[in-house]
Amino acid sequence: MNIFIFGLVNSVILALIASGFALVYGVSRLANFAHGALYILVGFATWLFLNRLGINYIGSIFLSIVIVSIIGGAIYRFFLIRVKGMPASEIIASLSIGIAIMELFRWRGFIGEAYMLPPFVTGSVSIAGVMIDWQRLIIIGIGLAMMLSLWLFTHHTKVGLSLRAIAQDKRASMMSGIDPDRTAVIGLAMGSALAGVAAVVILPLGSITVETGYMVLTDAIAVCIIGGLGSWMGVLAGAFLLGFSQILATAFIGPHWQMVVVLLFIILTLILKPSGLLGRQKELEERV
Amino acid sequence: MSLPTVAFVLGLLIIPLAVTSMAWQKIIIIACIFAFLALSFDFLAHFVGIVCLGGAFFTGVGGYISGLLNSAFGLPLVITIPIATIGGAVICTLFLLPCLPMRGIYFAIVSLMYPLLFARVIQALNIFGGTDGLPGLATFPNIWVELYLILPLILLLTFGLRRLVNEDFGMVLRAIKDNDQAVKASNINITWFKMKAVFLAAAIGCFSGAYLAHLYGWVGLSLFALDFSIFPIAATVVGGVGTLVGPVIGALILTLFSEMLREFGPLRVVFYSLILAGLVILNTGGLVPYLQRKYHQFERWTEI
Repeated sequence: MNIFIFGLVNSVILALIASGFALVYGVSRLANFAHGALYILVGFATWLFLNRLGINYIGSIFLSIVIVSIIGGAIYRFFLIRVKGMPASEIIASLSIGIAIMELFRWRGFIGEAYMLPPFVTGSVSIAGVMIDWQRLIIIGIGLAMMLSLWLFTHHTKVGLSLRAIAQDKRASMMSGIDPDRTAVIGLAMGSALAGVAAVVILPLGSITVETGYMVLTDAIAVCIIGGLGSWMGVLAGAFLLGFSQILATAFIGPHWQMVVVLLFIILTLILKPSGLLGRQKELEERV
Repeated sequence: MSLPTVAFVLGLLIIPLAVTSMAWQKIIIIACIFAFLALSFDFLAHFVGIVCLGGAFFTGVGGYISGLLNSAFGLPLVITIPIATIGGAVICTLFLLPCLPMRGIYFAIVSLMYPLLFARVIQALNIFGGTDGLPGLATFPNIWVELYLILPLILLLTFGLRRLVNEDFGMVLRAIKDNDQAVKASNINITWFKMKAVFLAAAIGCFSGAYLAHLYGWVGLSLFALDFSIFPIAATVVGGVGTLVGPVIGALILTLFSEMLREFGPLRVVFYSLILAGLVILNTGGLVPYLQRKYHQFERWTEI
């Protein structure tokens, strides 16, 4: 039971982290290496609004998510749009923008235990004999709600449908009057907002550090590779596979083995099924 | 030999004699290490079409192998550096092998992740000295050995790689970059060729890692630091992509620049990642292609 509940929490955390990355890659075939930077940007921004400017918690969360989605959209509109279609340049440009943001925080002295967000609800509750704090339950709730709303958004609204159309067939959707650049801006803004939601929900579990940004990036990429780049359900599948096996490894081998599990899964996925668990659409294209 | 070539060779050999202080000679050594990594990045990215963001992976593996051999078995550095170069390259190639048959961004993503993951694995499992690293390794006898081991090697590699990419082997590699399907249709095993190219690049990176380990007499997690991945790419973009001389010159310029900004501390990383982003987005050709163009214009003007 212990394993089940904490595995669920861990899986939802991974899915939350990876969904923003997967959304951006799915829409515009752009690997957004600034994902981790946007994640901690939200964390620090919320902390600043809360503690320096004295805005209340809900307000500062809302404000920082709005700001980060504008920043995400601006990164695409003003920088990445110029290197569109050159995968190498896209990766290098977004990675260096991300590193610049993260190292800027390190320079300003945002290091250490002092930067913590308070949990939404303090205290803990006992479910089937397992003590679990409310914040972890909220993570599961918000994670599942976000998956559901994302699904509804991409299947039943005009903007969401145009995002999927661009992801599936760029030319055909351009003929139907969908502007790929505007869609990509929306996609990146939404991806950043998702990173922001993940950040404000997950960060109260620990402190905000610059290293978290790098960890989030590697975790997001790991989940996407295992589940299949550009596949929506693949992210869920990858997150649950990785999340539960990390908790199993912690329970039966030792807490230090979490990273080895990630590494192992990536290598195994690349050898056995390079397109990932559920990545179908690019299978023929990726393998030369 | 043309004038620019002579200037490049002599310049590189004379720099250490021209600067007087020990501190600057050390800086030249660091610049050379980044030049090695930049050469390996440029070779992979612009002659094979593989974008490798894992310079730190190579330095880390090379450094740790040579450090372990030295501290555990007491082997002298004359033996550990070659073993680390070859053995490290084999290990790196094996780890990167699964993503070689794939096109697209897989190689870039995976090579970026490996150094971060390896550093965290070493930290978590507390193997190879854990977070403290392995201190007390053998160091070079004096600074002239350090300098004149690495400078001729830079020249050898620059001109060697330039020759290699025009040989038959290099022709296949460049063809893979341009049109891998056509190469495959010619019954050439492209994964095998890519593997050999990655081995070469990894050997260059592992050598600089092993060299770095013996330069400081210490091996630690900082060998997997992101600097070793991002700085060489910045150097390549500054110096000129696809020229092989450009990365060396770019590394020298950028290290000099970075030394001038020493007082800013961590902000230096911000500076060169912004430089990198700016140059990549503006798609400038780099310094060396610009100078080449000017030189040839000038030469033609005098001859006619």
